Amino acid sequence: MSSKLAKIEKRTAYLLILPSVFLVFSIILFPIFSNIWISFKNVELKDLRIPEPRAKKLVKSIKDNPNQIKIIYKLRNSSLTQEITNVKFKDKYPDNIEPISLNNKCQFKSNLLKCELGNWPKKYRENLEIVFQNTNNQEISKKEIKSYKPKLSGKSQNILLTYEFTLNNFKKVIKDKAFIDLLSTTFYYTFFGTIGAIVFGILAAQMVNQKFFGRTFMRSVLLFPYVAPVVALAYTWELLLDPTSGTLNNLLINYQIIDGPINLLGQKYVTLNILGFDFKLRLALTTVIIFEIWRYFPLAFLFILARLQAVPKELYEAADVDGANPIQKFLNITLPQILAVISILFMIRFIWNFNKFEDIFLLTGGASGTRTLPINVYQQGFSIGDIGMGSAVSIVIVVFLLIFMFIYFKLLGKRADES
Amino acid sequence: MKVKNIFTYCFISSLFLFSLICIWKILVTLQGIELINFNFNKLFVFGIVLCVINLLIGKKLNLNIKLILLALLFSIYDYFISINLPIWYSLGIFLISLFFFNTIKNYDKNFLSKNHSSQKLFFNFLTLFGITLFSFVILFPFYMMLVTSFKTQALLLLNPLDFSINFAQGLPELFKSYFVVFKDYNFGRYMLTSTIVSLGTVIITLIFAIPAAYAVARLNFFGKNFLSTSILIIYLFPAIVLVIPLYTIFSQLGLRNSIEGLLIVYTATTLPVAIYMLQGYFKSIPKELEEAGIIDGQNWLGIIFKIILPLSLPAISSVALYVFMIAWNEFLFSLMFLDRPNTFTLSRAIQFLNVGAETPRQYLMAGSVVVTLPILIIFVYFEKYLVSGLTAGSVKG
Repeated sequence: MSSKLAKIEKRTAYLLILPSVFLVFSIILFPIFSNIWISFKNVELKDLRIPEPRAKKLVKSIKDNPNQIKIIYKLRNSSLTQEITNVKFKDKYPDNIEPISLNNKCQFKSNLLKCELGNWPKKYRENLEIVFQNTNNQEISKKEIKSYKPKLSGKSQNILLTYEFTLNNFKKVIKDKAFIDLLSTTFYYTFFGTIGAIVFGILAAQMVNQKFFGRTFMRSVLLFPYVAPVVALAYTWELLLDPTSGTLNNLLINYQIIDGPINLLGQKYVTLNILGFDFKLRLALTTVIIFEIWRYFPLAFLFILARLQAVPKELYEAADVDGANPIQKFLNITLPQILAVISILFMIRFIWNFNKFEDIFLLTGGASGTRTLPINVYQQGFSIGDIGMGSAVSIVIVVFLLIFMFIYFKLLGKRADES
Repeated sequence: MKVKNIFTYCFISSLFLFSLICIWKILVTLQGIELINFNFNKLFVFGIVLCVINLLIGKKLNLNIKLILLALLFSIYDYFISINLPIWYSLGIFLISLFFFNTIKNYDKNFLSKNHSSQKLFFNFLTLFGITLFSFVILFPFYMMLVTSFKTQALLLLNPLDFSINFAQGLPELFKSYFVVFKDYNFGRYMLTSTIVSLGTVIITLIFAIPAAYAVARLNFFGKNFLSTSILIIYLFPAIVLVIPLYTIFSQLGLRNSIEGLLIVYTATTLPVAIYMLQGYFKSIPKELEEAGIIDGQNWLGIIFKIILPLSLPAISSVALYVFMIAWNEFLFSLMFLDRPNTFTLSRAIQFLNVGAETPRQYLMAGSVVVTLPILIIFVYFEKYLVSGLTAGSVKG
């Protein structure tokens, strides 16, 4: 009896999860695996269009002969790169007409014309002309003839489904001189973005954890950058930072803090002189990182605040009795309590910043030294149009991602063991 | 009373006052008023002097009189060192200094003679500094977004620092950018598309996620543990690694430039987090309730609809709001999949505006306000639900 119940339970469970599993599998897992397939192929954006045979139908009346009519089909292969084999043609006509003569490729039977047009090489064009005559004395209606659309079919190779593979994409990715630069930019962006978000998150959480007027309002405001759409925020920042008409530059010039405008998003390097040493700062990248911190510190804030509110008050009271100062209290009570949250937060944010695309894309488009791996996926795949290369870069990202996830779950497991 | 404490007190207080004044001055400058100097030296020194006076007066005067007196002193001083500024500017200075002297009223001789008081002072001011600075830095772009949408390109070119809103021109003229954006740039349609896509995603996600989450939370089946770990792992995969294969597959299936295509992708990408959040909540519902349902002869559909759903409305609202937010804000897939204006979502439309011809910035900002405002209103109104959604789902973003 119980085994029967268990069986029913099992069946119900599968029934309930199946739709979700199917959807997630086809839209998330399957694409990740097909990335591997595509990355070993030489596919370009223009190859994605499946070649189609096409026909344009023109109807022309013949001079001095109202009983006959000429129909011209302009046939062509839509693809500039691939051939179509075994093209078949089909069209329908009104009842009162029939063709005068037909070549051997075509057959006419009960108002239907069927043709076998053979193989069409790439860029193929041909005109098919057929003269029709009237079978009864009713007028030939051009409109009716035009209302039927010809149907064509043919077989073509889908480049995605062939078994030709190449290692060229990966060779290109690794041999690319910019690859090291790409990696270092990505890590630089990820690391400082993550650290910055966490540091500001801690500061904000410490702040909001105290009692003051308008505290709940403050908590909402702190989350604004995270909940607002990235498109709106990125463009607002772009306008604020614009070198000629941007508010920031104009303000700084107005207060005579700087002499001329600084192109914060368009300048790759800026040389700073600190204590007599010249040192180069990647300006655009730094600006993008600041935007990133601005947008994502709310998340760190939310996590850390939740943890801070769970710290027992007695600990601080005991510290007060011992005469500890605020710095000691922070270092010896608060920090150890939130350390676990911070380490998990660091890993999660690190993984997400590593894959961040929108923010950089909208602010700089990857120009002036802000090209990270995800931006490179887009540029290879859609700007250059080399889908295979884009996939290969995606695979590089996935490999890094798997390494990070491994570390993350190790960390998570360790935390679970401790508690 | 320690000299060090007094010194820190004067220095930090005055610096805080100055930073408040600075923010006020920046906002005043952005009203198109010519103000080219913060007068750091003069204001800072005078601030220190006033702090010392505040300390000396102590409790000899009525608190309110003391506050007003000091604030007045400060605003009159500021009025004389800055030239030709309107009266509302000085009023602002007066209110700010009133607020400031009210904040430092507790720092008297007694306080300053205690141990640690300079560190306490430092941290108290750090909090205040933090609150002002954080709110300014966060709200400033939003403020600029809003005021830019009320200006015109010509006026902004004339004086790029004048963001004053001219109410005298009448409402139709004031909201002109919004009329243009809705009429000429078709934003009404994009807004409808965005709403349909976001609501559709929420509904479909819930339809898929609730049964699945129930199964993961309650039923025993082979592969359950594997499934619940993989939910988290799948959730961590970013959109950017899915984009190329999905683009190729969708192009060949003709699903690009269609709302259905977007709905499928959005649902699939939000499903893992929805299941993850819901199953956590379902587990917290006492099992006895369901057992009672089984005894009453309910099947699993009845249990979900009559017992689980009514009890987990808060969790479902969180998930719904979180998914709505993700779908509304989503950009990458809409950029990839939509290239015909008749299927644009709001985000994609704004990007199209920016990339396309030289769109005047007030239209761009009006569009940005149109896309931002609904989500901020929803956020403020349903904050409780959304915050719990964010905390649970915030591994992503």
